[in-house]
Amino acid sequence: MIGCKRSRLLHNSRWYSISHLSVQDRIEEKRRAALVGGGQKRIDAQHKRGKLTARERIDLLMDPESFVEYDMFVEHRCADFGMEADHNKYPGDSVVTGQGRINGRLAYVFSQDFTVFGGSLSGAHAQKICKIMDQAMMVGAPVIGLNDSGGARIQEGVESLAGYADIFLRNVMASGVVPQISLIMGPCAGGAVYSPALTDFTFMVKDTSYLFITGPDVVKSVTNEDVTQEELGGARTHTAVSGVAHRAFENDVDALLNLRNFFNFLPLSNKDPAPVTECHDPSDRLVPGLDTLVPFESTKAYDMLDIIHGIVDERDFFEIMPNYAKNIVVGFARMNGRTVGIVGNQPKVASGCLDINSSVKGARFVRFCDAFNIPIITFVDVPGFLPGTAQEYGGIIRHGAKLLFAFAEATVPKITVITRKAYGGAYDVMSSKHLRGDVNYAWPSAEVAVMGAKGAVQIIFRGKENQAEAEAEYVETFANPFPAAVRGFVDDIIQPSTTRKRICRDLEVLASKKQTNPWKKHANIPL
Amino acid sequence: MAAYTITPTFQRVLHAVKRATLHPRCWLLNFRAQYVTTHDWNEKTFDKILIANRGEIACRVIKTCKKMDIRTVAVHSDVDSSSVHVKMADEAVCVGPAPTSKSYLNMDAIMDAIRQTGAQAVHPGYGFLSENKEFARRLAAEGVTFIGPDTHAIQAMGDKIESKLIAKAARVNTIPGFDGVVKDAEEAVKIARELGYPVMIKASAGGGGKGMRIAWSDDETREGFRFSSQEAASSFGDDRLLIEKYIDNPRHIEIQVLADKHGNALWLNERECSIQRRNQKVVEEAPSTFLDPATRRAMGEQAVSLAKAVQYSSAGTVEFLVDSKKNFYFLEMNTRLQVEHPITECITGLDLVQQMIRIAKGYKLQHKQEDIPINGWAIESRVYAEDPYKSFGLPSIGRLSQYEEPVRLSGVRVDSGIQEGSDISIYYDPMISKLVAYGASRADALKKMEAALDNYVIRGVTHNIPLLREIIVHPRFVAGDISTNFLPEVYPDGFKGHPLSAGDRRELLAAAAALHIAAQLRSQRFLGEQRVSAAAQERRHWELCLELEKSVHMLAVSHSRGTYTVEVDGEKVEVSGEWNLASALLPLSINGSHKVLQCLTRSPAGDISLQYLGTTFKVRVLSVLAASLSKHMPEKLPEDTSSILRSPMPGTVVGVAVKPGDTVAVGQEICVIEAMKMQNSMTAAKTAKVKSVHCKTGETVGEGDLLVELE
Repeated sequence: MIGCKRSRLLHNSRWYSISHLSVQDRIEEKRRAALVGGGQKRIDAQHKRGKLTARERIDLLMDPESFVEYDMFVEHRCADFGMEADHNKYPGDSVVTGQGRINGRLAYVFSQDFTVFGGSLSGAHAQKICKIMDQAMMVGAPVIGLNDSGGARIQEGVESLAGYADIFLRNVMASGVVPQISLIMGPCAGGAVYSPALTDFTFMVKDTSYLFITGPDVVKSVTNEDVTQEELGGARTHTAVSGVAHRAFENDVDALLNLRNFFNFLPLSNKDPAPVTECHDPSDRLVPGLDTLVPFESTKAYDMLDIIHGIVDERDFFEIMPNYAKNIVVGFARMNGRTVGIVGNQPKVASGCLDINSSVKGARFVRFCDAFNIPIITFVDVPGFLPGTAQEYGGIIRHGAKLLFAFAEATVPKITVITRKAYGGAYDVMSSKHLRGDVNYAWPSAEVAVMGAKGAVQIIFRGKENQAEAEAEYVETFANPFPAAVRGFVDDIIQPSTTRKRICRDLEVLASKKQTNPWKKHANIPL
Repeated sequence: MAAYTITPTFQRVLHAVKRATLHPRCWLLNFRAQYVTTHDWNEKTFDKILIANRGEIACRVIKTCKKMDIRTVAVHSDVDSSSVHVKMADEAVCVGPAPTSKSYLNMDAIMDAIRQTGAQAVHPGYGFLSENKEFARRLAAEGVTFIGPDTHAIQAMGDKIESKLIAKAARVNTIPGFDGVVKDAEEAVKIARELGYPVMIKASAGGGGKGMRIAWSDDETREGFRFSSQEAASSFGDDRLLIEKYIDNPRHIEIQVLADKHGNALWLNERECSIQRRNQKVVEEAPSTFLDPATRRAMGEQAVSLAKAVQYSSAGTVEFLVDSKKNFYFLEMNTRLQVEHPITECITGLDLVQQMIRIAKGYKLQHKQEDIPINGWAIESRVYAEDPYKSFGLPSIGRLSQYEEPVRLSGVRVDSGIQEGSDISIYYDPMISKLVAYGASRADALKKMEAALDNYVIRGVTHNIPLLREIIVHPRFVAGDISTNFLPEVYPDGFKGHPLSAGDRRELLAAAAALHIAAQLRSQRFLGEQRVSAAAQERRHWELCLELEKSVHMLAVSHSRGTYTVEVDGEKVEVSGEWNLASALLPLSINGSHKVLQCLTRSPAGDISLQYLGTTFKVRVLSVLAASLSKHMPEKLPEDTSSILRSPMPGTVVGVAVKPGDTVAVGQEICVIEAMKMQNSMTAAKTAKVKSVHCKTGETVGEGDLLVELE
């Protein structure tokens, strides 16, 4: 864009004569000014806070020399409160936008510049973001936002608010069309938080970023709570307590390098297939360690990550929300080079039960995968939904239904492995055959039943003596994969060590899977 | 293969013929084909043997049983139900829950297992019930053969005081000391003064270094007495202690003996076991570089005379301390198969387990002393799940997420009882395997050991390969200049890993850079993707900034046809080889020399951990841009460790000496953690008030768990 503008300017001699100062000089001057944003002093201050500037961040995120900047000459249009003065105008305003390549693949990016008016959002700032979002949707490429902004440009009033809304609308329109990623690298407060919240993934930088609706001062005056910025909206809070953020990184450099790695898992748009990279890990590799992983006692825990790491390519698993609702594990990996989404109950935490938070975490992940053609592999070891007043009052029925809904509506390849327990309604929910699972396996240790032996016997044989005998009979009947296998609810009972080989083969077969849901304006997921 | 089948018996005959016609060295090098003896494997012994042990030694015994066509019964605790020895055996019986006192030491359950399976004999392995005379007696009472010496010999040699008296009587050299049980700490001090410091305090019933302490002063004697009696009580159920003069800077050399029930006995040469930490062996070799034939014969003959004095039968080991003037003193006799027996098998060609079984059946020895050779050289490294950077090895636990033994290398034998996916738990010995390398000469064996350690893939638990790899290349070790003080002398400030020379550093940096670029290049290769810009893939030259051990290096890397040319500190290093990013081993050719590295982790942010020459090094590889921007990143302060006490290993809290509000002095004991039967005293790093106590007696703690916080 810049390239083409520049050539017109250079070759049209009439442009030169109009200006007192040579236009060429003005271009150069503006360009220089744009590159230093709010000036060296503010850049130093930004560095002192342990943060990089908007441009440094883009340089690290994008392949060398691949970034093409848009709207470097855009300036804010506010004429109130002295904002019209020349020294209050910065070419490009408080955001850097453009497109470039990450490992050779196209991505659109905006990077808010905290050195210019604290990165506050003006009408022009919003307009720049909207421009790249519109183009990203047209060409089908992800949008990455690097957020570092004090909030609305107060001097602009409603124009700033309108700008937010313009962005929100585009976030919603782009949802499910191109992947949208937010990396919070400084403050993000007030209305601004809803843009990251609408994107697919929100990552944060530890210690230097925070997200909240209102800051600690307002909290103090309204609810009289004493809370620090970090406690209220820091990376720890959002990755472990609120579930707003999906993961946090150590610092700016770490976050941006990790983002490059994460980007490689994603397709460019909903029309592109999940990416396939070169794979050195043999697809028929046996994983002998899995044969002894599931303990004989069904009450004993094991680590679902041991299964996931063993099965995926090169033990490379990018976990989403590793510190939130840990009773379910979700994340991206590759199988024979192809990106897959992995969902697994985690027996190590709360026996791997489904509760409100884990259902919502799982549901959102499944929907992302379905929207972007990423096959879903589900590992099931679930004792059921978590009972109790806290869960019922919190609406576990409504929230659990989200996960059920997400698995049921998904049309991407779905492969399910029951490693041990699949009890009750939770069995149905976890990508069962009945919800259009394409390939459903059981390990020999699988037990598919309405509930565990003890509870079942107390109901079936209420008041009868010989509970122990009845329990043994129940275990004999249900604590094995046969009841499900004889009915065809699992396609095969497989040796755990062969799981990787089987899944890789199935994914190859399912790569051409075509399945559509009935026409509808949109479904009505129980939000 | 030929069109006819070779019957097992015919094969054995064939082997025997080959052995007779080839030079001894040849069959030595073929030894991994298995234990070779000049004897008929079909000799009738037992139909079924129960192995009252677990882990590698149970597997080792089962292997020989299979060769001898003997059916095997494994016993196991509930947590061991899917372990290797259980799978290898023909039958398996669960003898109780995880704690050894309830399973592998549970005589009632083991006796039941014997009755239930109809085993005719029991091989006890080492440890557990191997030197338990009560167990031997109960077996005898039921007419089951104990594969080991009889009760009399176990009793006589099991008690250190009695064994010393018998040894003296048999004209075996003994260490000056107090021939009796020490009553209390004060008496211990009195005796120690009489003998002159240093002295050694040890459990009368002991073995394996447990309940053993060295004291150089009155205070240390008192403390040692307390610890040793506690450890002795918990390990052996017998807290009797004895004291003797401590031979400073000695070698630990032991003689393997083999005796039958007909009064015949042989010595099978020595094993040098001087490399020890906390009185436990780490690296052993056979033969010893130190012994001349005369000393060897003198030691061998004394060992045999001791064995005869107690009417010993089966395999046994007589341990000696040898001082710098080749004076040797009897230490103790182990009435069992030793952990380190494989090295003797390597140099003599005998299968000791087979010999034990046939002796137990009552057969006479089939060799004469002059038949016992020393063929080549064998070295054993004990590979443990432990952190060598803490006191040369504190136990570590975990699941072996990846595990590959270097068994494909020639001249390497690995005795192990675990496999990928096995758990190293707090209940049992943390040994992963015994790695044995053997060759025609010591230098050859050492070279093979180096390669074996480099090619050994162990992931998921911390292991001591860094230490083993350093020991075997240390100039003093290579020269044979060793003693039991080798480790503290060579590493007075503790083991710190391989010290990198300038050349090492270049190689390591070049390997890390090559790995990084290979990963970069691959991350730009998408299969079947139309929308990828080719610009990135055409790149052939990179500038990188690497950080290693806090020093920063700028590297220029270029890549062409699988070869990475790296310019490090002004010198060119070429890295090539057949490797990929998924393989556990990186067999690299670095400037033409062959080096096997392992990449343990590789993060998107440029952090690579590489195992190089045994030690794991962390290298950070960044583009020049990322490195220059990194200087703005805030430094994260590590937590102040002087005011918190964390458990250095997983274990059980056996005592807490403080409560909140107490004031403790530097070095004062705060609590005691027991792990794998070792008691470890945790002390205060500074003088302070105790803020909070987070553990209580009897509790299990994990590595890194907070125990006590100081103010």
